[in-house]
Amino acid sequence: MPKRIAILFMSMLATLAFASVVIFVMLDILPGDPAEVMLGLAATPEGLAALRQELGLHQSPWQRYWQWLGGMLVGDFGISYSYRIPVADLIGERMLVTIPLALYALLLTVLTALPLALLAAVRPSGWGDRLLMATTQLGIALPNFWFALLLIAVFAVQLDWLPAGGFVGWDAGFAQGMLALTLPAISLALPQATILFRITRASLLEVASQDYIRAARAKGLTLPTALIKHGLRNALIPVVTIMGMQCAFLIAGAIIIENVFALPGLGRLVVQAIGQRDLIVIEAVILMLVLLVVGISFLVDILYLIIDPRLKTRKST
Amino acid sequence: MTVNTPTPRRRLNPPLLLGGGMLGLLVVMGLVALVWTPADATAIDISQRLLPPSATAWLGTDHFGRDILSAIMAATPISLAIAAAGVLLGLLGGVPLGLLAGMTTKPLADHAITRFGDTLFAFPALIMAMLLTASFGAGAVIAAIAIGIFNIPVFLRISRAATLQQLAQDYILSARLAGLGSIAIALKHILPNTAPVLVVHASIQFALAVLAESALSYLGLGTQPPAPSWGRMLADSQTMLSLAPHLAIVPGVVIMVTVTAANLLGEGLRQRFDPRDE
Repeated sequence: MPKRIAILFMSMLATLAFASVVIFVMLDILPGDPAEVMLGLAATPEGLAALRQELGLHQSPWQRYWQWLGGMLVGDFGISYSYRIPVADLIGERMLVTIPLALYALLLTVLTALPLALLAAVRPSGWGDRLLMATTQLGIALPNFWFALLLIAVFAVQLDWLPAGGFVGWDAGFAQGMLALTLPAISLALPQATILFRITRASLLEVASQDYIRAARAKGLTLPTALIKHGLRNALIPVVTIMGMQCAFLIAGAIIIENVFALPGLGRLVVQAIGQRDLIVIEAVILMLVLLVVGISFLVDILYLIIDPRLKTRKST
Repeated sequence: MTVNTPTPRRRLNPPLLLGGGMLGLLVVMGLVALVWTPADATAIDISQRLLPPSATAWLGTDHFGRDILSAIMAATPISLAIAAAGVLLGLLGGVPLGLLAGMTTKPLADHAITRFGDTLFAFPALIMAMLLTASFGAGAVIAAIAIGIFNIPVFLRISRAATLQQLAQDYILSARLAGLGSIAIALKHILPNTAPVLVVHASIQFALAVLAESALSYLGLGTQPPAPSWGRMLADSQTMLSLAPHLAIVPGVVIMVTVTAANLLGEGLRQRFDPRDE
């Protein structure tokens, strides 16, 4: 297993290296003169000259790329042009919203999808199963930001139970913070939960028809017990794969949901930075987002190794 | 799932008819909107703002007094075209690469192409759109390109897997024995035989593309004003949630109907091409 993990790790690094080149080319080379892009209509010859100096544009792109990458590795992400503070500080602060939001949504996704899938798989084509399948057909088509708007209209505007947006910060207490993240996490989780439900249900049904489940039932176990004790682990293999992909969707979804709820996370930071043409911030945040996506899929691959018993036995050979 | 009886292959099935029909209606609505809408979709009349649905404005008016039905209709061809262009770009980029990766006899080439796809996969459409917008400015074309780039690795993977599946079949061997070269086999045999699975996924990716397009225009990274778009109508409605909640309903429902139609079409096509599969 350590060898497999090392291979996975190397390929993750290769993907990240590739991604960093893509980001650098798109933001530093393709626009022609990044200084002109950043200053836009407000550009004066002196301002342009000063910014070109600050960005080090007199150097070759190759040198700039290595400086950018080298800086990132030691935690130096440059100075934000619009905020005038180190980008690393900005990102660190915003991560404290984005990561908890994504994790909260992931938790809600798993806690609703898995039990419901088990419930549906125990009696396929029963009325409960039919109802869930019809509901999830709609859930898959639901734009998460529209669902967010509906949640705000009902739970914030009409009922006034939860905040319509904004974030008080974790200093105000864990409960306050979680409360502010609740509607965003629900709107992020629902479409993903419907997908996970469908995959898990199909996977459980597949497992339920296997011989070892029949054997367990012949031994006297009820179908739910047999599925939980013997089937769940096998059924989880495709589920984990999908969950890995879903994490990427949750990160991308967080970008838009943060903007719906005006949450100060990475997604709001980068959309605002696009408005302000702050290429330094955009470059760093997008690399962070890609790092999150790639890093999570690396962790999922490892989890996959742990869950799949067939891959585990290969370890001993 | 419990009993695995092959059902006879039917040309048409309920999801195919329903999904295809709904999507067909949306396309017709989009085409009609190109030449006619009940009112001018962009005409501002503040005295007529935030009207509830009535005989003159069937779905009411927005905060600028614009007719909502007209705006929804006028946005339809734009949204559908961006989503379709995104899927088409993904097909054009991904399918040849997938074919190449599947057919090449050099493991290194296969590995390099697969890795290229994996890297692109690390950029969800939204992130790609932000990258492109930051250097080229926001717009419908940029949105379509971003969705297209995201779709390249999707179709690359599907096409590569389907190609490998076809290569294992005996008829490929006979084609080789008959003296056909790799390119002829790819074009004459593999591409037509992998087409069904590609069409099914194109339909599902179209559904995702509609969602992505509406999310981009919600964020202001897609279609630019004054051209109407479903996503931006929702963004505009957010400031009016307590005054005029009806503004937030219609665009969302239209997006959902479009996405469901494309998903049903995909499901129907899948049943049509492969009746054994569920």
